[in-house]
Amino acid sequence: MEDKITVAHVQLSSCCGCLISLVDTYEKFLDVLNSIDLVYCQTLMDAREIPEADVILVEGAVCLEDHHALEVAREVRKKGKTVVALGACAALGCITRFAKGGQMPKPVQGSFSSLTEIIRCDMAIPGCPPSPELILGVITALIKGDEEYLKPFRRYAVCKCESCGCDLIINVVNKSLCMGCGICSASCPTRAIEMVDGRPVVSPQLCVKCGVCSFQCPRIEI
Amino acid sequence: MDPLGSYKSIISARATDKRILKRCQDGGIVSAVFIYGLENNILDGVIVADKEEGFRPVPKVATTPEEVLEAAGTKYTVSPNLSVLKSAIREYACEKVGVVGTPCQILSLRKALKYPVGFRHMVDKVKLLVGIFCMENFPYMGMRIIVEELCGVRIEDVVKMDIGKGKFWVYTRWGEVKSVKLKKTHPYEQSSCHVCTDYTAELADISTGSVGSPDGWSTVIIRNERGEEIINKMIEEGYLERRPIDEGKFGLGLLKKLALVKKEKNMKEIEHRKELGLPVPPDVCH
Ligand SMILES: Cc1cc2nc3c(=O)[nH]c(=O)nc-3n(C[C@H](O)[C@H](O)[C@H](O)COP(=O)(O)OP(=O)(O)OC[C@H]3O[C@@H](n4cnc5c(N)ncnc54)[C@H](O)[C@@H]3O)c2cc1C
Ligand code: SF4
Ligand code: SF4
Repeated sequence: MEDKITVAHVQLSSCCGCLISLVDTYEKFLDVLNSIDLVYCQTLMDAREIPEADVILVEGAVCLEDHHALEVAREVRKKGKTVVALGACAALGCITRFAKGGQMPKPVQGSFSSLTEIIRCDMAIPGCPPSPELILGVITALIKGDEEYLKPFRRYAVCKCESCGCDLIINVVNKSLCMGCGICSASCPTRAIEMVDGRPVVSPQLCVKCGVCSFQCPRIEI
Repeated sequence: MDPLGSYKSIISARATDKRILKRCQDGGIVSAVFIYGLENNILDGVIVADKEEGFRPVPKVATTPEEVLEAAGTKYTVSPNLSVLKSAIREYACEKVGVVGTPCQILSLRKALKYPVGFRHMVDKVKLLVGIFCMENFPYMGMRIIVEELCGVRIEDVVKMDIGKGKFWVYTRWGEVKSVKLKKTHPYEQSSCHVCTDYTAELADISTGSVGSPDGWSTVIIRNERGEEIINKMIEEGYLERRPIDEGKFGLGLLKKLALVKKEKNMKEIEHRKELGLPVPPDVCH
């Protein structure tokens, strides 16, 4: 039997949207399942213990008031050769940055941090959710060992723990780099970015801090 | 390295359809390609730069030849064409999208195709990238100052603008033609253009512009099989007429020279910004 890479999917505080995005590739998802060995994924299969795996995809932020979540985060680091913060909550915090507790049924759970702040991650993928094609691209690159493709995600894991639409203003517009292509605006899942006179204007009320816009901007090194 | 990037062939061409020739900027290549694509089921939506009152550019998803025609002609200011990319796929439900853009926009789209983080089910729906040559662009108010203050024409009266023979030209609806030396327009350029080293949209399927061909004709750089297939069919079916590119000083020579000038000039600016400790764009297309 050929050696397939073993992959686990672990969910922390998240909406499950990143997993749904992966499954949203339909028949291509089946191809992926054929080329990997999925060893753990609570939503899709019955496996109780997180096993050792070549790749562990972790979705969601870490709730600091939840001991179980912290233990899972540490366990993931121990058991995964490559730990991937999949999606903006794990990579950058995303909408969990707005959490402050007081909600039923767990009113004390109010402090959430990105996985990248809690454990060392090998890769981080922004996006709310990252598109099915992007997740597939990353998994395929992992299988093939295509480090050139993975480079930006490796860099994000070490240099980025948070993001916001206003990063575009500070890093691109204010630095005389924005040429007004508009890809940031199109990529935003909440339509928080309007192009005005060829420049992005970000609505802080709508931004969920998913980091897609900055990742997509061609004028920022990713 | 070739200052024009990699390509299969370069020709001079122009559209044969009179409706296109009446409204287009140069040889009408962009509009002709898009109309051909829409009429022959190769494309079902194209992203173009339309305009509103006061020559304000508006990115638009065109799904009919009429809409393509309305948006023909160059707007010498930033039109964030890619801002409607998602809408082309989601709202317009297009499955075969064509996009026209300046070199920086084409590069941005290539990056999104490689890393479509925020674009679900987009990659296989983008079918054709048409790039237009570009030395620099102007912010909207910069363009307006050139038109109103340097050329003395009210923006409402402008029907066409053009750059050529060292001048910025403004055509009014009264039939007047005004111009100003390009040198005088430099202060109004978009500064972020000065760190761009791509003149001919090196990552497009087809790139086109006026430089290198006679008036009313366009230079067309065919970069890959996708571009070659559509241009060849258009020539065969009479949508485009072609002539060989002038290999001399005022043809290909000039095009290469300008492409090299842009690279050298803007590489200097990039180095200068680095010396000042300022960030520069990632090294993609130098
Ligand atoms: C800012 C700018 C600078 C240019 N500089 C040069 C140059 O230095 N040398 C050269 O040879 N050519 C240059 N061009 C290209 C040239 O002006 C023509 O656009 C090109 O030759 C296509 O002409 P056409 O007759 O084939 O296209 P047309 O059939 O007229 O179609 C042009 C297409 O481009 C789209 N468009 C117009 N303005 C913009 C814009 N601002 N952003 C994105 N899309 C737009 C239109 O919607 C239309 O679909 C420049 C264009 C721009 C926008
Ligand atoms: S502006 Fe939009 S894309 Fe950018 S971080 Fe906020 S929600 Fe995400
Ligand atoms: S993606 Fe394009 S429009 Fe948005 S900030 Fe970057 S360069 Fe400007």
